[in-house]
Amino acid sequence: MDEPLAQKGEAGASALLAEVRTGSYYDSVVLMQLQRALADLPGVLDAGVVMGTPANKELLTQSSLDTDDALRAAPEDLILVVQAESEQAGRAALAKVDDLLSARRTQQTGAYRPKTLSSATRMIPEADWTLVSVPGAYAAAVARDALNLGQNVFLYSDNVSVEDEVSLKESAAGKGLLIMGPDCGTARVNGVGLGFANRVRQGRIGIVAASGTGLQAVMVGIHRLGAGISQAYGTGGRDLTAAVKARTARQALTLLREDANTDLIVIVSKPPSSSVAMQLLSAAEACDKPVVVNFIGHFGEPNAAWPAAGISFAETLDGTAELAVQNLAASGSDHPSGNPAESFQPTGAPGQRVSPVRPGSCLRALYSGGTLAYEALYLLQAFLPSIRSNGPLPGGLQMENAHRSQGHTVVDLGGDAFTVGRLHPMLDNDLRIRRLLQEAEDPETGLILLDVVLGDGAHPNPASELGPAIEEAIVTAARNGRSMPVVAVVIGTDADPQGLGRQVERLEEAGAAVFTRHDEAVYAVGRAFCKTGEDRPLTSSDPNSYVPSERDCAAKASDFAAINVGLESFTDSLRAQGAEVVQVDWRPPAGGDNRLAGLLARLR
Amino acid sequence: MTVNIDNANAVAVERMIEARPVLTGLGKALDTVPDMHQDLLLHAGPPIAWEDASGPLRGALIGALIFEGRAEEEKDAAQLIASGEVRLSPCHHHNAVGPMAGVISPSMAVYEVENETHGNRAYSNLNEGYGKVLRYGAYSEEVQERLRWMHDVMAPVLGAAIEACSGLDIRALLAEALHMGDEGHNRNKAGSVLFTKLLAPHIAMAAPDPATAAAVIDALGENALSVLNPVMAACKAMADAGHGVEGSTIVSTMARNGTEFGIRVSGMGERWFTSPCPQPVGLYFPGFSAEDGNPDIGDSTITETAGLGAFAMAAAPAIVTFVSGTPQDALNATLEMYEITAAEHTAFTIPQLDFRGTPVGIDLRAVVETGITPRVNTGIAHKEAGVGQIGAGLVRPPTELFTEALIAFAEQYGFQE
Repeated sequence: MDEPLAQKGEAGASALLAEVRTGSYYDSVVLMQLQRALADLPGVLDAGVVMGTPANKELLTQSSLDTDDALRAAPEDLILVVQAESEQAGRAALAKVDDLLSARRTQQTGAYRPKTLSSATRMIPEADWTLVSVPGAYAAAVARDALNLGQNVFLYSDNVSVEDEVSLKESAAGKGLLIMGPDCGTARVNGVGLGFANRVRQGRIGIVAASGTGLQAVMVGIHRLGAGISQAYGTGGRDLTAAVKARTARQALTLLREDANTDLIVIVSKPPSSSVAMQLLSAAEACDKPVVVNFIGHFGEPNAAWPAAGISFAETLDGTAELAVQNLAASGSDHPSGNPAESFQPTGAPGQRVSPVRPGSCLRALYSGGTLAYEALYLLQAFLPSIRSNGPLPGGLQMENAHRSQGHTVVDLGGDAFTVGRLHPMLDNDLRIRRLLQEAEDPETGLILLDVVLGDGAHPNPASELGPAIEEAIVTAARNGRSMPVVAVVIGTDADPQGLGRQVERLEEAGAAVFTRHDEAVYAVGRAFCKTGEDRPLTSSDPNSYVPSERDCAAKASDFAAINVGLESFTDSLRAQGAEVVQVDWRPPAGGDNRLAGLLARLR
Repeated sequence: MTVNIDNANAVAVERMIEARPVLTGLGKALDTVPDMHQDLLLHAGPPIAWEDASGPLRGALIGALIFEGRAEEEKDAAQLIASGEVRLSPCHHHNAVGPMAGVISPSMAVYEVENETHGNRAYSNLNEGYGKVLRYGAYSEEVQERLRWMHDVMAPVLGAAIEACSGLDIRALLAEALHMGDEGHNRNKAGSVLFTKLLAPHIAMAAPDPATAAAVIDALGENALSVLNPVMAACKAMADAGHGVEGSTIVSTMARNGTEFGIRVSGMGERWFTSPCPQPVGLYFPGFSAEDGNPDIGDSTITETAGLGAFAMAAAPAIVTFVSGTPQDALNATLEMYEITAAEHTAFTIPQLDFRGTPVGIDLRAVVETGITPRVNTGIAHKEAGVGQIGAGLVRPPTELFTEALIAFAEQYGFQE
């Protein structure tokens, strides 16, 4: 290990010290906690603890935490950077790293934590789902192991190749197993939310979704309207491409068709390839159940026969929830009883307006949810002439540098480039807080829009961190004589562990205009920029339009058992939902030595 | 031609588990141990030269030559070995094992164990007990006197008693001892009492007088390690049964000579893989610290190789204090070893784990893949000859040892790219 080299920081006397550790692997939660712990040490002004990926190095540069050493690090190297009041304080902080890491390790003594999947299956033989959230480079192998052990797989990891995705999905189908993902953020199986999932009512609507936050928004919408979910299967963002041919989506449709507790099916996806869309719709037609489809930005009725076959199309995510609940009620499969619907009334009532922005100023939307960003971009086309973005988003111009906004910008901070070796922004607010303050400094910025996603798997109290950052951003703009409204859209339910009401309250206190329907928030933002924009009428979302029946609440979580490989927060959230879980204490095979790992694969 | 490693491993481990080691007698090393001769000293661990030997091993070699009457003092003994007149050879090359320095000289008594299932035999020396003992490199007159009593007085009685038993089933004894809080390596309290109980009536009959009978019974019963050497021979017989299976990646030997840690693999013949021996981590007796400790030494790792010792730690919560742990840590130690083993023992079970079989058959591949190296419970020797045991604790062989063996395995069997 090299001696940390000090570089004089811009702040004069302060010192910037970096240390690079090669071949170290730590869970990204551990890295986040280490970064926090370092930043809290006396004399430390700021700290960065990241794997040396190009995106992370760029982020260090953005935060003025880059040193020559850090910039030379390879993706598999761990970078530790400390900005301290003095070189001495910085060195003292870096010297504490091993203690901080081992303190965490000793807290974990207690029940045995299996190191391998096969030993986990021995400890919890009743488990038939495995959640995989290890780094992308290792994810396919872990998923393959899980399938070979007879496990259904929730594959959260991204950065998995299309070839691996196809071969995993073929292998799963051959074994009669389901694999959701790669890059599957959300699902709900037998009453338990997997990954990032909101607490919703058990009910009669089954969902197949190729998008995580899209699925969350629809589930939340259905819950808000008093109905519930039977099963919600995620497929991963690439499932509906021509290469993957909707393998998971079609399997999931079959499961929903055969599920006696599902009366209506919802399909949510970014626009699929047209041949795959046709295949999928034919499969949906064969379900003999009413189907509501949302191909974001691709709505409409491509075939006059669809309505007759019970297939209808919705435009927005919230609109999808409404249509599903209406059609479910209309299908008459339910006999409403007197259960109370949700008591919390969304603050962002339809028609709430955001004060107009300064002429010539720009929108800066900082999303954690990819599909929400996608929908925003799609809906904003009617209001704003040209919008830049970092994702494959409709009608958007590609950002030259995802770390620097330019003009109207919608950035997905949960995009692949931002999450290699780093936690998702729904779990770790650090990235968004830094970006929020960066945007507030930019005289071009006229309005900031952000999503706050609640539910299991997400940050336990995002408003407590984003709130102060919003206050600071507004103050920063005001100090420079600028008004800069902040709009927040909270995706969550009254049953979510973070408390929807408390989150909304804290964000409003911070000065944000808060919405709980995404489409409403986006339209309000659009109108703040352009009064003449197409003002689509919103159908009313009366929270009492559907009254859940007894059947809605039938199935309970108790019989769900799973194995979790990767992010420990998934284990915590499964436990919080009453599920049985065994966490695998996973490490890269052969200590991350690719040559040895290859040899081991041949010796299997 | 490619081998099926999984099948080969299943065969190797099944042979280890099915082996039934029975203590059949006590003989003189020269007459009993294969290829033993007058000018040979056996020692623990992989092969080693005199120049590379650590303090405890040197002391034991010197002490053995004094015991044999070949040398009067240290200088003569050293000269005999350095000149090549007396040669050194690992116990493991002679179907034998010895704790700590593991030195066996031609006229020493050795336990004979026969694997009744497969017919192979294994040998180990007598256990001297605690304090100043040869196996820790002590060779003073006090030590010599003890050795002479053991060989002149105890061995004839013990040998006759073992024969009178017509075979003492060590596997059954171990299975029972595991249910009484032993793990078969660092803790052999229950096993030694069982051993003494089984032999006592026969000793009473075989001894020339009551005083001798009492002295022998006392020596066995007071020494909580008296059964360790027959247990090690039994483990050696079991491990050897699984050795030599074509295409198997099961580790069939782990042993330390105080300088190097060595392993052998079932499908790779007599080839040793060695690397510098780590120092155990553990608890030191008052007045000693890690600075006084010798790198790990002894053939007793044969117990872990056969699915006992640290692998059966869950059965012996009483000794977790050596690693300043809790009973939960004892369970975790065994649970961790399941990650790198190919099977669960059918004869050795652990009450604390709902009578699950102990983890047995270390798979080289699993060690390299998970980075989990075998745990070894061990005694800690003072680095200077003759001081003796100064603590007990845990040691793990270095990962590189297994990596090197795996790469060599791939080369031997044509699995390289």
